[in-house]
Amino acid sequence: MSDEAAAAEEAEPEADPPEQVETTTRYGALVEDSLGDTVLHTPVADYLDTASAAHGDGFALLVDLTAVDFLTYAGTRRLPDGVDPQRFEIVTSLFNTQSRERLRMRVQVPAEEPTVASMFDLWPGSEILEREVFDLFGIEFTDHPDMSRVLMPEDWVGHPLRKDYSVSSIPVQFKSASNVR
Amino acid sequence: MHLPGVGETGEILDDGLEGLEHNFLTGSVENLVRWARARSLWPATFGLACCAIEMMAAGTAHYDLARYGMEVFRASPRQADLMIVAGRVSQKVAPVLRQVYDQMMEPKWVISMGVCASSGGMFNNYAIVQGVDQIVPVDVYAPGCPPGPETLMHAIFTLHEQIQTGELLRRREASGSGAGIMIEQRDGQTAGLSIGS
Amino acid sequence: MSTVHQDTGEPEAEVPDDPPTNRVYRRGDDSAVLRMSEAECAEIGNDPTTDEDDERVLLNMGPSHPSTHGVLRLMLEMEGETVLRSKPVVGYLHTGMEKQAEQLTYIQGCTNVTRMDYASPLFTELAFSLATEKLLGIEVPERATWIRMLMCELNRMASHLLFMATNGMDLGAVGMMIYGWREREEVLRFLEKVTGLRMNHNYIRPGGVAADLPDGWEADIERLLKLIPPRLEEYDILMTGQPIWRQRLQGVGVLNADEALALSATGPILRSTGLAWDLRRDDPYLAYAEVDFDVIVGSYGDCYDRYAIRLNEIRESMWIVEQILDNMPRGDYRVQDKKITPPPRVRIDQSMEALIHHFKIFTEGYKVPEGETYAAVESPRGELGVYMVSDGTSKPYRMHVRGPSFINVQTMPHLMQNGLIADGVAIISSIDPIMGEVDR
Repeated sequence: MSDEAAAAEEAEPEADPPEQVETTTRYGALVEDSLGDTVLHTPVADYLDTASAAHGDGFALLVDLTAVDFLTYAGTRRLPDGVDPQRFEIVTSLFNTQSRERLRMRVQVPAEEPTVASMFDLWPGSEILEREVFDLFGIEFTDHPDMSRVLMPEDWVGHPLRKDYSVSSIPVQFKSASNVR
Repeated sequence: MHLPGVGETGEILDDGLEGLEHNFLTGSVENLVRWARARSLWPATFGLACCAIEMMAAGTAHYDLARYGMEVFRASPRQADLMIVAGRVSQKVAPVLRQVYDQMMEPKWVISMGVCASSGGMFNNYAIVQGVDQIVPVDVYAPGCPPGPETLMHAIFTLHEQIQTGELLRRREASGSGAGIMIEQRDGQTAGLSIGS
Repeated sequence: MSTVHQDTGEPEAEVPDDPPTNRVYRRGDDSAVLRMSEAECAEIGNDPTTDEDDERVLLNMGPSHPSTHGVLRLMLEMEGETVLRSKPVVGYLHTGMEKQAEQLTYIQGCTNVTRMDYASPLFTELAFSLATEKLLGIEVPERATWIRMLMCELNRMASHLLFMATNGMDLGAVGMMIYGWREREEVLRFLEKVTGLRMNHNYIRPGGVAADLPDGWEADIERLLKLIPPRLEEYDILMTGQPIWRQRLQGVGVLNADEALALSATGPILRSTGLAWDLRRDDPYLAYAEVDFDVIVGSYGDCYDRYAIRLNEIRESMWIVEQILDNMPRGDYRVQDKKITPPPRVRIDQSMEALIHHFKIFTEGYKVPEGETYAAVESPRGELGVYMVSDGTSKPYRMHVRGPSFINVQTMPHLMQNGLIADGVAIISSIDPIMGEVDR
């Protein structure tokens, strides 16, 4: 697999043997095609740089910033070569307001050190999204202006959307009601 | 029938109370109090989620709660008699709900509107209180997701009736907390009608 | 004007320096956003060192307040009647829907997501269905696509009429509440005829829609299209040209395009700043590329523009509905794949295979291939997206909904800065947040 220099455009598909997967880079990150969407895989250390490069290239709209916990994933995680699967993944969706292009960045975040750079200085709209990820997953964002819970009460213990946090449903017995007016 | 005229007061006093039966309404104080309580219910605003939209729909022109004197949803709990808990009660809003309930003056009634308020609904998880009766005593449970305005009005009429007959207070004493009356869902009954076409 | 404290955040080289676009990037006490925890706010009341002449108050508004926008709590730092900084506190309606989605199968998923944005539930169902269909790799029949478009545009009309009603009531035009709901009831009557429910329909499902349009639907739509335009002109008379309305909304809550983009605001808020951003035009889904409509844009970025945009979007939606009425194709209302679409009830008595498929679909659910995808639609509040990760089982592994109101709420402090508290009510109303979608 050859790695092109940083900020290369997507290469045309060549007539390669089927086992060899094309890896190209864009803004310094590996590119993958996921059901028609362009996905960039970037390591945690380069996340802010890749995002800055995308921001400079016209991706002015941060659409979404969320996380996934792969602790109990039943399938096989298929990631491009060179990408180490970790427990958490931060998924950032961007939209280019000039070229109408969508882009998605996926960052692998280890469970032992769930810390990622904050996107606040590029897109202030990430403030509440990052607070939600902190609240529900426990991933902290460095240099965030207000790293506090947003959906759960401030004194809540635990991060509900993690896979090891139970749904906490209570057993229900359905009885027919008599005396219904 | 003899109606006493203005100048005939002397006669009336001599007659005693026999000529005046058509000018007096008699009844017990209890009945009068119940009638007043039932007919002047003012709801407090506690619309939380989707049921709040249907509660607002019940207050507007097509279903019109104003004919029962209930279109003024009081923002201040001090001025309200009825709390309609419309929507799912999350862990964060539960203390707020209790505080608003405590601020209401006696006598106060609670209608739990919708399945989320009655039992947690389809959300049996960490975030939703499984039934608002864990926080406040409930008098009428209205099922539906969301209950249409017709079901809400059926719940309100049931409450009116129960207050009027005194049954509600008896049920409250028997249960120790709310009256816990369950009603059936009655939606889709006026879908065929149309106004202003 | 507040005294400017030392900026506590580190300035970044990327941030432009001219004041109008800079304010949303501020981190410290000069920001419009009040970033204090509840404990800190409680402490302020007990602080004996505050100057007695200082008129600064920390006022709490909500979560139970008469504005009809649900359980939103606002902490306002005010000087007299002027709002300096504010902090919207959300989470009072957090339902754990994203966790719940992991417990429900894909066919049950729509019942869950539909209750997020309860003023326009069909949009969330549509986004969920589009994401699932992308993962399944199936294509929905043409008639189903056009039915979905019809129902979504009607839902957009109903949601904007709700906005008209609540906006009017918040500003004092209580009669507007009655008028807006009157029209909304007519639209809801049609929705009830087609889907069976007035709200939270669970009608748009992966594979198509739940049932075909009933006979006589064209006549009902024509009746709606004749009924609503004169009513909208009544609203124009009651509100648009009225001096009181204009004075209360024009110049209130101004945002410019760069700020709105930086805050990730979408929908009427972004369009009011002058940027013609509408997913139906910029990233078309369903059959929007085949219908003709205008994207309504404002010029001043104030509350009046947002009101006018939504009023005219009702008219655009009616125009789209008229085109759908003329061009509705015949065909299936859902994909005829036996593994995904339950068989008609009649077939269950006739065929063992149909019975087995029905059983498997409704108990275990159909398995969706592994993958991850994002699908977005233009809801009345902005870009509504669903990010879905599937692990090959019959339940989503992760379902995240990008709720437009959740992100639009961030614009609130910036819009309210240096305005009066009465303007604050107008601003909350013009953002049109639906708390079910904010808190999920």
